Amino acid sequence: MEHAISLFVRSIFADNMIFAYFLGMCSYLAVSKNVKTSAGLGVAVTFVLLITLPVNYLLQVHVLNPLGLGYLSFILFIAVIAAIVQLVEMIVEKFSPSLYASLGIFLPLIAVNCAIMGGALFMQQRILLEPENVKAIANLGDAFAYAAGSGIGWLMAIVCLAGIREKMEYNDVPKPLQGLGITFIVVGLMAMAFMCFSGLNI
Amino acid sequence: MAFLSQKTKEVLFGPLNINNPVVVQVLGICSALAVTVQLKPALVMGIAVTIIVAMANVIISLIRNTIPMRIRIIVQLVVVAALVTLVSEVLKAFAYDVAMQLSVYIGLIITNCILMGRLEAFAMTNKVWDSFLDGLGNGFGYAIILVMVAFVRELFGAGTLLGFRVIPESWYVANGGFYENCGMMMMPAMALIIVGGIIWAHRGLNKEVK
Repeated sequence: MEHAISLFVRSIFADNMIFAYFLGMCSYLAVSKNVKTSAGLGVAVTFVLLITLPVNYLLQVHVLNPLGLGYLSFILFIAVIAAIVQLVEMIVEKFSPSLYASLGIFLPLIAVNCAIMGGALFMQQRILLEPENVKAIANLGDAFAYAAGSGIGWLMAIVCLAGIREKMEYNDVPKPLQGLGITFIVVGLMAMAFMCFSGLNI
Repeated sequence: MAFLSQKTKEVLFGPLNINNPVVVQVLGICSALAVTVQLKPALVMGIAVTIIVAMANVIISLIRNTIPMRIRIIVQLVVVAALVTLVSEVLKAFAYDVAMQLSVYIGLIITNCILMGRLEAFAMTNKVWDSFLDGLGNGFGYAIILVMVAFVRELFGAGTLLGFRVIPESWYVANGGFYENCGMMMMPAMALIIVGGIIWAHRGLNKEVK
């Protein structure tokens, strides 16, 4: 339990998907223009991570490893992610039209979001670590904790950036640096700030 | 040259500058930032992406008329995933240390937006030869940015290029000299700031890019 909590907190702050590994950068930069939509995308990413990562964990441990089919993991993971995203989209549309109205447009984007695939691939590496390592994923509970932490970390990063970009509308940025250029530099400064969490341990 | 028409030239060389996939189309940023601490993994990554984009473009362009529109994303993902698996196994066999340095970012070529972007925007509607050139062009455009960022980061962060020492040992403070490596360059944050700087310079030089 302690291990799961430590994993959860570390993956929000120290191993943040955006600031430490640059995963999901494309949609991160494209959708972070205002706080409301970026919060929607962040929630959708967390939701999909929470479903796909444990499924991929079970597949890796109970199907790929015993059969020695590790080299098929890329194809299997991406197929699972694409299929689950499709399923989630259909289920949400059927049972909760209001949630669909707010998340729906983002769901197709998420199948090709690097954060989801990256989470699965990091999980694959972390299974191999020693159980006492803080980063190790040893059971299904850890997989859930890692998925929740990574998703919430991503959500927090995109909402922060959207907030800064909304404020920055009124600033006088040099012309060639406007838009994309200044956004990169802002993310760089945020990543620097997040470096002070790197020694975090619980 | 006769066999390179005006359009072909645009398709092949446009992505190197005016239509650059990284700094103009904003595709494939994740891996562009993560693998650029040293020049060697950046070069390998650039070559791997170029090969995969070109091959995936050719395959999708060949079968473009038989793919049902509704499931095209999944078809594209499977083609790309198969190619990436091949490249990953080849790298593990022949360049194990680089494959370990690149770790998950090889697998992440599957979700690299350059691939899906080019497949959707170009290969689905164009002939095989043009798609091949488009793949090559975009791959090189991506590799150029990677090499530029990695060049700066390795030179100032470690004083080496491709592992060879450029800044002499005797300059360092430890050996009685005046020079220190800039440790900041090795941090993830500097990759973002260098790319921001490249975008600034690129937009400053090319006024027509919005």
